[in-house]
Amino acid sequence: MNALNSLLDGFGTALTPLNLLWAAVGVLLGTAIGVLPGIGPAMAVALLLPVTYGLDPTGAFIMFAGIYYGAMFGGSTTSILLNTPGESAAVVAAMEGNPMAKSGRGAQALAAAAVGHFAGGMVGTLLLVALAPTVADLAVDIGAPDYFAIMVLAFIAVTSVLGSSRVRGLASLLIGLTIGLIGLDQMTGQQRLTFGSLHLADGVDVVIVAVGLFAIGEALWVAAHLRRRPPEPIPVGRPWLGRADLRRTWKAWARGPFIGFPFGAIPAGGAEIPTFLSYVTEKRLSKHKDEWGKGAIEGVAGPESAASASAAGTLVSMLTLGLPTTAVAAVMLAAFQQYGIQPGPLLFEREPDLVWGLIASLFVGMVLLLALNLPLAPVWAKLLRIPRPYLYAGIMFFAAVGAYAVGGEVIDLVMLLVIGLIGFGMRRYGLPVLPAVIGVILGPAAEQQLRRALQISDGSVTGLVNTPFSVTVYAVVVLLLAWPLLRRALPRRATTAAESSEAPETPEAPEAPEAAEPPTPSGPRT
Amino acid sequence: MTTPSTPTPASETSTSTAASGTKPTPRTTTSWLRDHSELGVCALLLALGVLVLTDALTMDVDITQRGPVGPKTVPVVVGIGLLLVAALLAVDVLRGGRGQAETGEDVDLTEPADWRTVALLSGVFLGSAVLIEPLGFPAAGALLFWGAAYALGSRRVDRDPLIAAVLSLAAYALFDKLLGVPLPGGPLMGVL
Repeated sequence: MNALNSLLDGFGTALTPLNLLWAAVGVLLGTAIGVLPGIGPAMAVALLLPVTYGLDPTGAFIMFAGIYYGAMFGGSTTSILLNTPGESAAVVAAMEGNPMAKSGRGAQALAAAAVGHFAGGMVGTLLLVALAPTVADLAVDIGAPDYFAIMVLAFIAVTSVLGSSRVRGLASLLIGLTIGLIGLDQMTGQQRLTFGSLHLADGVDVVIVAVGLFAIGEALWVAAHLRRRPPEPIPVGRPWLGRADLRRTWKAWARGPFIGFPFGAIPAGGAEIPTFLSYVTEKRLSKHKDEWGKGAIEGVAGPESAASASAAGTLVSMLTLGLPTTAVAAVMLAAFQQYGIQPGPLLFEREPDLVWGLIASLFVGMVLLLALNLPLAPVWAKLLRIPRPYLYAGIMFFAAVGAYAVGGEVIDLVMLLVIGLIGFGMRRYGLPVLPAVIGVILGPAAEQQLRRALQISDGSVTGLVNTPFSVTVYAVVVLLLAWPLLRRALPRRATTAAESSEAPETPEAPEAPEAAEPPTPSGPRT
Repeated sequence: MTTPSTPTPASETSTSTAASGTKPTPRTTTSWLRDHSELGVCALLLALGVLVLTDALTMDVDITQRGPVGPKTVPVVVGIGLLLVAALLAVDVLRGGRGQAETGEDVDLTEPADWRTVALLSGVFLGSAVLIEPLGFPAAGALLFWGAAYALGSRRVDRDPLIAAVLSLAAYALFDKLLGVPLPGGPLMGVL
């Protein structure tokens, strides 16, 4: 009941003209960004971080959430019409959606995806309303050791669950932690890694790190390998669904959220795994098994619904615990820091207007998105033809605006380029970018919580594990660390099969998808 | 079309990618170095680790130390971590592991890297950064967009500068006037 009242108050906040405007701007930008190749929601939110200097937090977060959800909608358009999934969440959409588009059923694929996102987002957000206050209540009196445990969990999860190589993930995390160390120590004022530079003593602004790694790094990387002739999108009409299609899709829409939401809430790589799981589930339950691989509509409907629900799940951990489980959540966390707001259990008490306004605006955004995407899909698809030089020049331009807006100093732009070059090198050598960003954002906070916890316990390490909450979190951490060993013990068949066939081009055997890994995206598009 | 045609194979083990990467061709030093250029990453991580450790250990904390954990501890941990990861990564690379270069919609990894474009883009970026103060943001921003588009291969002399100017002015208006983030207008805005 209490949550319901708060939600109604939230609608009061979300439906003010100005906030409606921000929601509309967010979903429009988000859809465009999702459709545009090369830009993902995390890069978009990073590029927009400078608006936090001029906007009130509620408006800014309503816009960011709109971008997050909108990019999910738009991302599937790219997957279906181009077969080159941009967002990691949209990989699965290409598997059935692209064959559908090729055989002239692109309109139905787009409709199944759009309604799937709507259904998934709605159910996911309802679950968010139901669960988030409870989680926040449970966690309300967590202290320094618990916060530190959560941050350790974020570090471990982001390096060992995402990406294909743990060493490389760890290297990326340590690079991020190092950047986070630069500046004055928060507790003692001691200079660290400043080399006597006054500018470095202020630390490296998180906006510059996020924009440098996500935007400049990406633009430079693409510039080095720019495809001479971009792939041609498949032309498509207005999305619609026939009665037969509806009969096949509604169950998939309904099942997707319950697979997507839990995976979004835990640090397991966002939408990648649940979309794949939903794909497998729908395939097993389908009455039209012969169509799979040639364009089965359930294979679009289910995973897309799971993807949007996972976005809602991500918000649960981000808002109630301050635990970012995806790149977008990490950048949103950086935005919270810009405002000096600490996401966590107290957020619901201290900033009810912000939180509930944000949640209510998700419902508003979802309706706007459905209205935008169903009739206008062919218009959005035109964005796929944007000349690539303009696209990447635009990214460089907005990155420069953002970095300059931080402090109005040219040296920040130089720093941005340096971090961009680091991002370039990371992409070249397969170091994932997300751990570095998480390291920069959470590193300083984690150090503070660690020192606070040890101060309370007077230096005894037991001070880190003296609450049930922290013990539980560390148990999860141990489980994550042991997971590869466990997994190696389980599906031996699949691993040996993959190793014997040396050629990396060999697609995974679709007959045994439950044993195979979820498909890695064409690079976690940020 | 029975299999999902995702552009990248899900190569869980980095070793399987290496199998196709290393060819049984002449074992000269240069080609070995090129195949193992990732060792450069290890060297950089090692250097970074040494830097962090040196900085931490030369810190003078006698007065500022408060509580059992001072400002040194975490940098020392991070520095040791960097050294460890550098070593582990080197072992992985020498055993044939390779980091997988990131792919994407507009990325064509079959072509060799185009360093000219990267250098040109970086140059344009630095050049415009220096010009922001004397020329003002709208002019420098337009130069940045035009220059970047040029570096990326756009040669429409009629259209590119126009788009650059409109974008730059719009961004200036949005940030400076609407969002209240001050950007220098420069002499140009003084005239307008």
